[in-house]
Amino acid sequence: MAMIDRYTRRRIQNGIFVGLTTLATAVAVAALVMILYSLVSQGFGGLNAAVFTMDQPPPEMEGGLRNAIWGSLELCALAMVISIIVGILAGTWLAEYGEGSKLASVVRFLNDVLLSAPSILVGLFVYEIAVRPFGGFSALAGALALAFLATPVVTRTTEDILRLQSNQLREAGMALGAGKGYVIRAIIWRASRPGLVTGALLGFARISGETAPLLFTALGNPNLSFSLKEPIGSLPAVIFQFALSAYDDWRRLAWVGALLIAFTVLSANIIGRALSRRSHNS
Amino acid sequence: MNFDASQADTKSVIVPPPVEDRVIDVRGLDFFYGKNQALFGVELPVARHKITALIGPSGCGKSTLLRTLNKIYDLYPGQRAEGEILLNGENVLAARDTAKLRADVGMVFQRPTPFPMSIYENIAFGVRLHRNVSKADMDVIVERSLTRAALWDEVKDKLDKSGTSLSGGQQQRLCVARGIAVEPEVLLLDEPASALDPLSTAKLETALMELKDSFTIVIVTHNLQQAARISDYTGFMLLGKMVEFRPSSEAFVKPETAAMRDYVTGRYG
Repeated sequence: MAMIDRYTRRRIQNGIFVGLTTLATAVAVAALVMILYSLVSQGFGGLNAAVFTMDQPPPEMEGGLRNAIWGSLELCALAMVISIIVGILAGTWLAEYGEGSKLASVVRFLNDVLLSAPSILVGLFVYEIAVRPFGGFSALAGALALAFLATPVVTRTTEDILRLQSNQLREAGMALGAGKGYVIRAIIWRASRPGLVTGALLGFARISGETAPLLFTALGNPNLSFSLKEPIGSLPAVIFQFALSAYDDWRRLAWVGALLIAFTVLSANIIGRALSRRSHNS
Repeated sequence: MNFDASQADTKSVIVPPPVEDRVIDVRGLDFFYGKNQALFGVELPVARHKITALIGPSGCGKSTLLRTLNKIYDLYPGQRAEGEILLNGENVLAARDTAKLRADVGMVFQRPTPFPMSIYENIAFGVRLHRNVSKADMDVIVERSLTRAALWDEVKDKLDKSGTSLSGGQQQRLCVARGIAVEPEVLLLDEPASALDPLSTAKLETALMELKDSFTIVIVTHNLQQAARISDYTGFMLLGKMVEFRPSSEAFVKPETAAMRDYVTGRYG
């Protein structure tokens, strides 16, 4: 048998490797395309004005998702306000003040643990601290649970982004006579703004589809509610309830809700990417 | 380059400017990065309204020395200086407000560091840190600073554009303008032209030559021609010591120490 020469062998190995990576990519992309396709094909047909103007219906009645849409918006908005404030400050401390300290490595480790904590645990925890003691489910408890999930994302991204800023930029600010805190607020945060926005959007993408932590905190509410003290509806909770039901109308609304969430998360990710790309180019 | 330690131990040659001309007088300065000593009993007399150049091979301590003059090193725990740095007779290493010190001693870095804000705001930023200025006065300060840094004509129609949108050379002159807008007595420059092309370098040098009428300039450079072209005094450093300090006109023509002679003739290059 003739020896295959070295270069032919390399070429074959290379071909196999490229083939495998291409195949794996195709599998991943196919899964995504299939999900999007089923969402659009099943959900798009149910999309109409009633979805946005009517609350969720009893079985076999006409209705929409207004209460769930507004509920999700309120929960996410409140959670993001908390997460952005806490996350950016905590990330700033880690990047700018915690340098080399033991406490910082402990905080960073715990944050990473929280980053991958099962969301149902976070829901149970918030149930213990914010639902049981106050005698009831509430929008506030739901927002708190979501904030616990988004904050580690914002903290982590903030720290990473601030570390990317050059030390010379910090020194340049201080060489003009500015204090460290002022340099961070006026120069470093501003230079990092696209990255900070990306972090917030990633945090939002993390929580916008969360269901488990809302089940024992915000519970759900078939009526439109804006009260922080009352249970509140949300898209994921309604999808969970409707998708498993025996009613066609409900299942159709569940698809519409899923489409709305997927579209929102997709937009958040695209905007986040575009912003971070722009910051890398400048 | 590889210099052996014995050359730094040869007797140093210091021909300082007259005492009454000195804005800064560094005496017996030791500097430490943690346990590592980087400067050994350094002397540096800086003459008013002159350009003083610091040269020497990489790692000789010239940037370290420059960074002690505005105490920018004190951002980093573990770095410390011992000795005397007299600014108009007052030791800046002793208790002294660093904000005030940095208003008196400005700095421009190796890489341009425009702030992520408009050209106008880049200049106004430093000024506002130290005094309250009306919009009309600020307009005057911005124009004058940019003019002195030889940048005004290139940016006067786009003051509201981002400072980061300028070319590298323009950014560096913006940093010079930002530094002098605070009206410091001394301006420190740490290899300001090392990231610039020859044309940008020439513009920067022209600006510096004119600035010395109003400011005292200390510049660290790897570019010997640049030091010879623009400086009035040159300090040659080696292994953390000031080996030779003399008027540039003499130092480059006839270095007195063997170490500086070898360095400027490129024998170790």
